[in-house]
Amino acid sequence: MNISPIAILFASVFTGNILLSYYLGMCSFLSISSQMKSAVGLGIAVTFVMTITTPLSWLVYYLILVPLNITYLRFIVFIMVIAGIVQILEMIIERFSQTLYYSLGIFLPLITVNCAILGVNLFMIIRQYSFINSIFYGLGSGLGWLLAIILLAAIKQKISKNILPKGVEGAAISLIISGIMAIAFMGFSGIIKIN
Amino acid sequence: MIIFFSSVLAVTSISSVLVILILIIDLIINNYPDFEININDKKKITVEGGKPLLVALKEKKIFIPSACGGRGSCGYCKVKIKNLDTPFLPTEIPYLSEEEKKNNVRLSCQIKVKSNLDIEIPESLFSVQQFDTKVVNLVDLTYDIKQVTLEIEGDQKIEFKAGQYIQFEVPPYKLSSESVYRAYSIASNPKDNKKIELEIRLVPNGICTTYVHQYLKVGDKVKINGPYGEFYLRPTDAEIIFIAGGSGMAPIKSILLDMREKGINRKATYFFGAKTTKDLFLIDLMDELMKDMPNFKFIPALSDSNSDPSWKGERGLITEVVDKYVLNGENKEAYLCGSPGMINACISVLTKKGIPIEKIYYDKFA
Repeated sequence: MNISPIAILFASVFTGNILLSYYLGMCSFLSISSQMKSAVGLGIAVTFVMTITTPLSWLVYYLILVPLNITYLRFIVFIMVIAGIVQILEMIIERFSQTLYYSLGIFLPLITVNCAILGVNLFMIIRQYSFINSIFYGLGSGLGWLLAIILLAAIKQKISKNILPKGVEGAAISLIISGIMAIAFMGFSGIIKIN
Repeated sequence: MIIFFSSVLAVTSISSVLVILILIIDLIINNYPDFEININDKKKITVEGGKPLLVALKEKKIFIPSACGGRGSCGYCKVKIKNLDTPFLPTEIPYLSEEEKKNNVRLSCQIKVKSNLDIEIPESLFSVQQFDTKVVNLVDLTYDIKQVTLEIEGDQKIEFKAGQYIQFEVPPYKLSSESVYRAYSIASNPKDNKKIELEIRLVPNGICTTYVHQYLKVGDKVKINGPYGEFYLRPTDAEIIFIAGGSGMAPIKSILLDMREKGINRKATYFFGAKTTKDLFLIDLMDELMKDMPNFKFIPALSDSNSDPSWKGERGLITEVVDKYVLNGENKEAYLCGSPGMINACISVLTKKGIPIEKIYYDKFA
């Protein structure tokens, strides 16, 4: 497939946003979005891990799983790679950047179980991206996720003082908001076309 | 068949590569130098870097109280760190008040030593020691409370104030893969500095209580450290109200024995809450104490109204009984030991009677 990496980057942020068009990574999206600071911290951590694990999974998939004809194991292998990378990242960040470590805090280990990351790794395989494209796809998806959670946190902050009907408080209103956000993002669909 | 073997081989090798990678990076990265810890501007110790402060201090025989053993679930191991400006961790925030945050109080089990630290701890913690003890007696006080007598081995002696507590080290066994520490009040007379008694109630699936009730035998070795705590009799002449339930008996019993020993003859009333007569214990000792101390009165109460029709004592919740006997709060102080629910209920009754909150001392079971 011959697609420009820059096109992939923009497509994964706007037209094919991992959160708003595929609804992946919802659990942390809903629960961590009530405070802007935490939302940004988690978004950065997700971007970080996606950018690193996507090309790494590419290497593991095409250099190990495909030659051995065991691609059906990709789910378990990708999860292992993600968990390992998150662990290593946590150690490195803790040692070298106290500020970043404390701002990411508990979110870093939580990312291991964020389905958006496994989702991006698997999409990258299904869409047969090249190695370079996988890097940009990982980065773009992370930025898209970051953008979506910042938007949700901002809207939630805006409506935090409003009185809501009992039935739509909490997760319900967040889901309604993200639904509307998803519709808004559909407006981008004409800009870039990539499957 | 080949697919099967190559799958197993691939997954194992990928995971072992990851594990080895993590171990190598851990070895390179988490290789901290030694750091110096300055305690109360009095004592300087050098510790290995990278470990939690609680553990580092413990290795140097300075014991900070901790009921959960460093998991960040009890909030006891607070230490003031004067020169640390890292933000409060999500695991610390629930246990720190605004006042403590302002004063740089941190949970020592959550802070890893990564620089030279300047800390402040209560002076009394310097006297905290570790003791090697041997179980010399085990008695069932009720169906679910065991009295454990520990004898301190060697030349060490334990100096404690009646009402203080120690930490009991549970070695790894079926329910836990590592050593854990649990806090228990000392129930014996402080005069005896070679032996201590604990009263331990069985909590279903509790790591330490199950160990004590089902595994501990006479002759077993037990490591304890202590004493800790601010729960002890204040030297005033106010009238004393003791309130306890279940194994909350322990510190109150120690205080009463100490009062008799020292001839303190302040007016004292001890309200003890139990469900049925099966939950009452040490009644003989209380009768003996009432004989020896004319100003002391023991009032047990049963909360289960349908049980034991022959019971002639008080009935009802302990708060109702306290409400009935304590007429006003004038010149009184209260010492409470029991479950958080019982303590909170009693505090609200006592403050309503006019006892100021700072005159109510309590020991909550965490």
